[in-house]
Amino acid sequence: MSSDAKAVVPLGHVVIRFAGDSGDGMQLTGDRFTSETAGLGNDLSTLPDFPAEIRAPAGTLPGVSAFQLHFADHDIMTPGDRPDVLVAMNPAALKANLKDLRAGSTLIVNTDEFTKRNIEKVDYAANPLDDGSLDSYDVHQIGLTSMTVEALAGFDITKKDAGRAKNMFALGLLCWLYSRSTEGTIDFLKAKFAKKPEILAANIAAFEAGWSFGETTESFSVRYEVKPAPMRAGLYRNITGNPALAYGLIAASQQSGLPLFLGSYPITPASDILHELSKHKNFGVVTFQAEDEIAGIGAALGAAYGGALAVTATSGPGIALKSETIGLAVSLELPLIVVDVQRGGPSTGLPTKTEQADLLQAMFGRNGEAPVPIVAPRSPGDCFDAALEAARIAVTYRTPVLLLSDGYLANGSEPWAVPDATTLPVIEPAFATEPNHDGEFWPYLRDPETLARPWAVPGTAGLEHRIGGLEKADGTGNISYDPDNHEHMVRLRQAKVDAIARSIGPLEVDDPSGEARVLVLGWGSTYGPIGAACRAVRAEGGQVAHAHLRHLNPFPANTAEVLRAYDRVIIPEMNLGQLALLIRGRFLVDAIGYNQVRGMPFTSEELATTITDVIESL
Amino acid sequence: MTAADLPMPGLALVPRTDEKQSAKDFKTDQEVRWCPGCGDYAILAAVQGFLPELGLRKENIVFVSGIGCSSRFPYYMDTFGMHSIHGRAPAIATGLALTRPDLSVWVITGDGDALSIGGNHLIHALRRNVNLKILLFNNRIYGLTKGQYSPTSETGKVTKSTPLGSLDHSFNPVSLALGAEASFVARTMDSDRKHLTEVLRRAAAHEGTALVEIMQNCNIFNDGAWESLKDSETSDDRMIRLEDGQPVVFGKDASKAVVRGADGHIVVANTADVDDWEIIHYDSHADDPGLAFALSRLADVHSLDNTAVGVFRDVQRPAYDRMVREQVASVRANGEGDLQALLQGKDTWTVH
Repeated sequence: MSSDAKAVVPLGHVVIRFAGDSGDGMQLTGDRFTSETAGLGNDLSTLPDFPAEIRAPAGTLPGVSAFQLHFADHDIMTPGDRPDVLVAMNPAALKANLKDLRAGSTLIVNTDEFTKRNIEKVDYAANPLDDGSLDSYDVHQIGLTSMTVEALAGFDITKKDAGRAKNMFALGLLCWLYSRSTEGTIDFLKAKFAKKPEILAANIAAFEAGWSFGETTESFSVRYEVKPAPMRAGLYRNITGNPALAYGLIAASQQSGLPLFLGSYPITPASDILHELSKHKNFGVVTFQAEDEIAGIGAALGAAYGGALAVTATSGPGIALKSETIGLAVSLELPLIVVDVQRGGPSTGLPTKTEQADLLQAMFGRNGEAPVPIVAPRSPGDCFDAALEAARIAVTYRTPVLLLSDGYLANGSEPWAVPDATTLPVIEPAFATEPNHDGEFWPYLRDPETLARPWAVPGTAGLEHRIGGLEKADGTGNISYDPDNHEHMVRLRQAKVDAIARSIGPLEVDDPSGEARVLVLGWGSTYGPIGAACRAVRAEGGQVAHAHLRHLNPFPANTAEVLRAYDRVIIPEMNLGQLALLIRGRFLVDAIGYNQVRGMPFTSEELATTITDVIESL
Repeated sequence: MTAADLPMPGLALVPRTDEKQSAKDFKTDQEVRWCPGCGDYAILAAVQGFLPELGLRKENIVFVSGIGCSSRFPYYMDTFGMHSIHGRAPAIATGLALTRPDLSVWVITGDGDALSIGGNHLIHALRRNVNLKILLFNNRIYGLTKGQYSPTSETGKVTKSTPLGSLDHSFNPVSLALGAEASFVARTMDSDRKHLTEVLRRAAAHEGTALVEIMQNCNIFNDGAWESLKDSETSDDRMIRLEDGQPVVFGKDASKAVVRGADGHIVVANTADVDDWEIIHYDSHADDPGLAFALSRLADVHSLDNTAVGVFRDVQRPAYDRMVREQVASVRANGEGDLQALLQGKDTWTVH
């Protein structure tokens, strides 16, 4: 398809939000546009935002599903605060999203859905397309449904089915508008509808009709182009957090030679880890969908005892149920990876929205002194590295490890430099193979360096031994109720976790000028918004440093030193100040909290204002 | 017949030893700390006495337990063992058995551990049919917490937590297991070493989940709970010993018989009053669990009259762990995973 007819205007970056009913296929549309954008070499970041209900009542506000994509000719860190373009497939989508638009932004609306009934459903007093309320936007009123039906008139499909292809029409139009290629989407449709040739042909026709409409309509006088972003040379793909985490676990299995076992119970937003791993049996992966969360981790612990790289994946409510077994794993000192893809809480909370409010649960949510190392990824692609790191700690130190992802990382995506599998770190299981104490085997005799105990798996002759959740004597592992021994063991378990700090790199600080007096300290998925906010502050002449924690327990050894080097420390979190509590308690630093619990990533705009205020207060 | 004569699909992948073993080889140096007179001693002795005949390498045997008096069992077995947390042993053992077909995995549990806090794991283990042997020590009381009623206590039981008598209706472990789609279900008695050993043999040979209810006496908090089945004066009249291919008769001189009543239910009749052909013949390998279930329901919760013991059900159904391994193997037969190819995916671009 050629499009020489209209002028092409270059843009640095664009934020597009596709919004419609949860049955309108907005996630698919967004995914396809993302794929085409990734293929063009733009840097990008995405934010799917969908309701917990599978099909909320059509045309209502709770039923709105949206997908936001930020793409640029330069390195970007977030899916964008506000869309430059909103595609609203119905009045509900318009109403739910309009507040995020700046004046002058582009609005593409599907006029066919602006019926009296649909308008009343969302309590608009009048049709917003006619009453002048959208005058400050660049509105394109398009009958997406009717034009799609018209384009598919010759096909042997129902009018309803034809109308359902309107998302492909919209995608075609947007691909034209932003000069995306079409081949990838056509190949994708061919694969998806291979067994339904009529539906396939209709979808391709709708997609191409949308493209052609852009080219011919007077509604759009120009089209845009966003050039590829300069990135380090190499092979790239687009990746979403949950699959990246699953790949990290498979890589850890390969790098350790341990068979991967996942015991899991379906829960949003972690289920995709179970889905992904269940596809990779060719790596010897065994996935077990258990009867409940407790059985999921129980089976994983059993597999760990047998010598597997064992994992359980869940969200906050599941962690609550698994707590007792995590405590048992602390006592047994067996390697176990516990993935918590955090979502809004408490209780069932906001299943499809993101939050960081499980940090203290991960840190302290067990009876007794039961320290557990915590690792948190900072971006979708980083879920891969974080999973590998969690596996390294678990196996090396014979301990359960909490891997704290969140809903935004799980479903968000970004370009990812494909790692070279041959350069990944090797994880050494170092199973015990022979007696370690005067011809006897003592299951709790520790490695003096790591304080890890031997991992002696069943089937190893001569190493028969019993372990359990009762307190055990140092060394022999026999049951012991001795007061001094208990005190010793409690301190030993803590010391072992503390010793992990010796194996992790220092906390690095991003402070380009080296003159900042304010440090922003973050963890997890706030990396992007904090980074973008710091850039914005620096662009206005402010000096600010940013440090981001991958390890939350133990903290890197230089953490105190980093904190003390600044006059003020701001800790932005999607909770009411959980890291801030730990930092204050551990380091006596009067950290300033910046807290939001809206189920959505921060906007960097607001955070930048806060940082600037703190800088100016000095 | 000894275990060596049985085909043992449940142990087919567990390595064997040529070295002669004795009960002593399975004893640990740990002092056994059950109350003197506890039925658990007899079960421990029976298990230690029976394992040598399997001829398995003892490092390939694992006992996993939950919490309760019975769950101390692994500490006294010189094999691999894990004393886990309350109710979760079947889940933990499931993960172990799934990933390690070379192990003989035994779960030791009690009526509180298996039927109350761990009820969900028990029924799901049974329906899945993972290669586990579950020994449920049923003493109809919570012993370790010093005497509260359990899910198998008879209604009206006066305990510390039920001074006016318990109001709960009880579980019948055999009925429950059969309802949970178990492929192997048996009931036996702590003090009947011969019967217990015979049942253990068949459980060990079975491929899949085997549930063995062992009626066990807690002489401190529920002494004599099974006495009417143990007392040689009364037991013959109360206990129905199921034997494959044999007519179901019991009592002194086989004076009682189990027959199908007019409405289709099974009932106990005087042998003298019925024709031979009316007496039910028992077959634990029957596909339909209906008769096994009906026999499990004959027992009177209070008097223990008509309590059947023996193997209620022993049928072949593909074991879950084997099917999991086969599924993985069939995929791997088409080519091992390539990590670099996985990481790369199908949609890549190159930046120069």
